[in-house]
Amino acid sequence: MPIDKSMNVLIVDDYKTMLRIIRNLLKQIDFNNVEEATDGADALAKLRAGNFGLIISDWNMVPMTGLQLLQEVRADARLKATPFIMVTAESKTENVVAAKQAGVSNYIVKPFNAETLRDKIEKVLGHG
Amino acid sequence: MVDHAGDALAERLASIRASYPGSEPDMVADVVRAVLTTMSGDLSAKETSVLAEVEELGKTIASAKAEIAALRVDDITEAHIPFATDELDAIVEHTATATNAILSSCETLDDVAGGLSGESAAKLQDATTRIYEACSFQDITGQRITKVVGTLKAIEAKVAQIVATFGGSSPQIRPNVAAVDSEAALLNGPQHPAVAMDQSDIDRLLASFE
Repeated sequence: MPIDKSMNVLIVDDYKTMLRIIRNLLKQIDFNNVEEATDGADALAKLRAGNFGLIISDWNMVPMTGLQLLQEVRADARLKATPFIMVTAESKTENVVAAKQAGVSNYIVKPFNAETLRDKIEKVLGHG
Repeated sequence: MVDHAGDALAERLASIRASYPGSEPDMVADVVRAVLTTMSGDLSAKETSVLAEVEELGKTIASAKAEIAALRVDDITEAHIPFATDELDAIVEHTATATNAILSSCETLDDVAGGLSGESAAKLQDATTRIYEACSFQDITGQRITKVVGTLKAIEAKVAQIVATFGGSSPQIRPNVAAVDSEAALLNGPQHPAVAMDQSDIDRLLASFE
């Protein structure tokens, strides 16, 4: 079954430039329904108010980090099955382990390329 | 002999303390010198040598204190560090402005590519993809600069602390202590490329959980 590219995707990053870059890269692979949030708390509010098929989030944000957002998502009965990709400059082993233990679907280290983004999206949506 | 020397030292120290409640090390050095004079003949050559070294040590400490007190710590905390952090903030702001200008042009090219077909469209889109990827440098640069600013603030706090301890009064700079919890240790920002894990390392690590 092909990926439903009409799904809503939430991208979360405190750098507006980064949101713009990810939005454009998603547009190039035909994901056009993209919403943005600038920290974990903003993202959680949007997730609870909407219907998203994929979350792509940075880690290092305040007041709620990407890891805390992931934990909140996995603890929420309605949101817990939503695929969650962490896109972050945090590349230490302990970060990857902590994210995996919190239930991350995949992990992309910045700086990344479009191919990596596409590949991870396909994997978490079950087509990789 | 020991009792006599001890009594003389105690007497002179008590006298100095009574006269000068805030006695400084150079005063103590004077006391030692005076005591050494009164004790001539009562001490062995070795003991005299040790006391002379103690006197020198007192002078060195007094000199170091004077030098630290003379440091223009205000320049560091009120001018140099704020100037450096302002400059770094300006770098982030200017690179963000430039990056957004590049992205705007790139989005225009993307729109143009959408109206084309075939090889030209593919080439154009490939080029814009590379530009988008390259523009993510701004995020990494910003995070690295934030780390440098944090380091500068830590240095500022340490300098103020040292001067306050050894050189008298100085402005108290409170270190910028982030909330200490288990996740705080995980927020390190970009690592140096020479030691950082790359995407393939992370993929292997993730795969090891499967």
